[in-house]
Amino acid sequence: MTLEDLQLDRARLGAPLPIWHARVDSEGWRACASAIAGQGGRLIAVWGVERAAGGAPASACAALALTEGLVWLELPLEQRPGGYPDLTAWFPCADRMQRALRDLSGIAAQGSGDRRPWLDHGLWQAGARPLQADQVLAGLPAGSLPADYAFVRVEGDGVHEIAVGPVHAGIIEPGHFRFSVVGEKVLRLEERLGYVHKGVERRFTELPPLDAHRLAGRVSGDTTVGFAWAYCMALESAWQTELPRRAQELRALMLERERVANHLGDLGALGNDAALAFGLTQFSRLREDWQRLSGEAFGHRLMMDAIVPGGVAADPAAPMLDRMRAQCDSVERSVRVLRAVYDEHAGLQDRFVGTGQVTPSLAAQLGLAGMAGRASAQAADLRCDQPWSPYDGLAVRKAGRGDGDVAARVAVRFDEVFESLRLIRALCSGLAPGAARVDARARGRVSIGAGWVEAWRGEVFVALELGPDDRIVRCHCHDPSWQNWPVLEHAVMGNIVADFPLINKSFNLSYSGHDL
Amino acid sequence: MSFSGVLSQLLEIVIAIALAPLLSGWVNQWRAWLQNRSAPGLLQPYRMLHKLFNKESMVADHASSLFRMAPYLKFGCMVLACSIIPTLSTDLPLAPAADTIALVGLFALARVFISLAAMDIGTAFGSMGARREMLVGFLAEPALLTVLFSASLISKSTSLTTIVETLAHRDFAIYPGMAFAAVAFLMVSLAENARVPIDNPATHLELTMLHEALLLEYSGRHLALLEWAASLKLFAYSCIGLALFFPWGIAEARAPAAMLLALPALLFKLGVGGFLVAVWETVNAKMRIFRVPEFLATAFLLAVLGMLVQLLLAR
Repeated sequence: MTLEDLQLDRARLGAPLPIWHARVDSEGWRACASAIAGQGGRLIAVWGVERAAGGAPASACAALALTEGLVWLELPLEQRPGGYPDLTAWFPCADRMQRALRDLSGIAAQGSGDRRPWLDHGLWQAGARPLQADQVLAGLPAGSLPADYAFVRVEGDGVHEIAVGPVHAGIIEPGHFRFSVVGEKVLRLEERLGYVHKGVERRFTELPPLDAHRLAGRVSGDTTVGFAWAYCMALESAWQTELPRRAQELRALMLERERVANHLGDLGALGNDAALAFGLTQFSRLREDWQRLSGEAFGHRLMMDAIVPGGVAADPAAPMLDRMRAQCDSVERSVRVLRAVYDEHAGLQDRFVGTGQVTPSLAAQLGLAGMAGRASAQAADLRCDQPWSPYDGLAVRKAGRGDGDVAARVAVRFDEVFESLRLIRALCSGLAPGAARVDARARGRVSIGAGWVEAWRGEVFVALELGPDDRIVRCHCHDPSWQNWPVLEHAVMGNIVADFPLINKSFNLSYSGHDL
Repeated sequence: MSFSGVLSQLLEIVIAIALAPLLSGWVNQWRAWLQNRSAPGLLQPYRMLHKLFNKESMVADHASSLFRMAPYLKFGCMVLACSIIPTLSTDLPLAPAADTIALVGLFALARVFISLAAMDIGTAFGSMGARREMLVGFLAEPALLTVLFSASLISKSTSLTTIVETLAHRDFAIYPGMAFAAVAFLMVSLAENARVPIDNPATHLELTMLHEALLLEYSGRHLALLEWAASLKLFAYSCIGLALFFPWGIAEARAPAAMLLALPALLFKLGVGGFLVAVWETVNAKMRIFRVPEFLATAFLLAVLGMLVQLLLAR
């Protein structure tokens, strides 16, 4: 079965990746979801659109990926209470996205089992739907804290709960974890997120499209390049801006540098969580040097605001490219030594192997995405599956493991670091001449665009709708953490409490990118 | 009780209280250097204590007096333990009051009270820490006792001062049983002092903590006392180890002047020991908590082997 068989009235968007947009009714929504789930497709994102004027007042949208590309389904809703068909029967990972959609827009999934709020912790004004265009938030009565949240209780002899967070003993982002344990063994983990909800999606509608890439770059700081590229890709596809080759290559260069930086940081942190502080200091040093050079080349250590609509803001000269290449060589040498240390350290391997296992079948069922997915035999990597420019000429080798434990996620990270170093060297050697930036020109009419990028954690997706006056009607940023947070709950089951930090770090999911 | 005895006893207590944080600082400094980090100063633990003593001590609303009492009790236990271990001299007036069994009992007393205090607050972490602490304790204590008994077999006494006098000041003899005991003692010490591979003294991950989980609810002077007590415990264990396995240099009752040599000898031995602890902690990872019983059972087994060897060879 292919996309043809779905008989959708679809239109291909101008993005460099194959992305189609299709308007469907409830029946078509259901049929599409069922068909795509049936052939092993993935749910990427679920979101809602609110319009002040023009078109349907609201729409429910879903992005579904299949081998040919991505389908953006839009279900126009004449009346919000009617809602849209629940997707959780086909894609369990849709649950939290649908709950967030209900909190933000008031659009509910029909027949959805879980009616607890997700992002709204009770602090929002009663009945506030922040994304509804006509919503005036001021003046509504404030909610009261602490709001009750019905955690699923585990009953039984000797079962007790451990509540962790949102304030942790270390300096990390806030999230609440409710463990039900017997002794040291975890029977169940339930997460509660949303503590860093900061109204990013509403803020997008207040920004001019040419400035909003900066906000996109701050959705999740560790994925700033990924989100900025996805946003710019969405805007450029909406405005049909042709990007010069050099800009595409420099963006890929930054994306790979971001991937290496994050993987280096995680590998060190994973060693540290097993009390091997040696690993942390070594990898931190490598990461620090790496980020300093990124700062020199692109003006910011994390390369924030380096990707702009129409190209890139910084264009490193030839000597800088040579330095980057040389750095790749030295980092590769160091990482190979460190990999040998990690692989041969009996104590460390004892902690890694078999811990936090996600079997391939479970991963497929729950839609485990990105790097963590590749460690559980979910061979999805946009750079290989839908190689867009410049990845089409780079022949990216996909990393993959089948064990799905912490050791597998560590191995995938090592493999991806080496592959990214290869890509950076290739990009630096053959960088196309010419301009690295063109003007992105507004078109002055209603348009939509989508961006889809394989960032370090997994695929980042941005859906953008522009109004007739070239203002942002809706910009939805999706982080793969939405898919992977629920899987973490399963990965911890049956493990011991003391191994949770290690398992959590092996996924290293975003709070900020999830809570928006 | 001679004047020199009182003097050496007082000197020992003062030195233990004053030098214990220095030993922790020394280990931390070497840990940092071995990890290629620039290290905090040697005096950092003192600065920490100074800071904590000057901070307000916050206590949970529903904390009982047990919670407030536990830090003083633990500190007291550790000071007492340090005062009966011969570090500088074997001429200790307090030593006859408590032998090795009482010493282990002192450690157990501190453990029981601090675990009760951790559960007193009623947080999940406190109970979790107490549970883990007890898991370590009930396996470590018999192993430690057995190690001490191996040494007692040589001197025919459970008094530490007699053991040291026997080992250090009689004709040199090799006791093969003590080799087993030494390894067992090392393993027990690592577990009891919350070092790698049992615990990570530098962790900030509340779910993996053992020792730190017990202290999570403490602040201000209470925390300072507990941190100090932890340093004293490390000092005490180091000194037990030195007294049993490297007793040379400790002054005898008949020669108070030898204490002039005993202090540099102690510092040197502690310095080397601290460095070795740092090396050990740098090259090892923390083990899964369910392997801790295996680790400590191995320690117990080695200690028993040591004792058996001692018994067999003594005949």
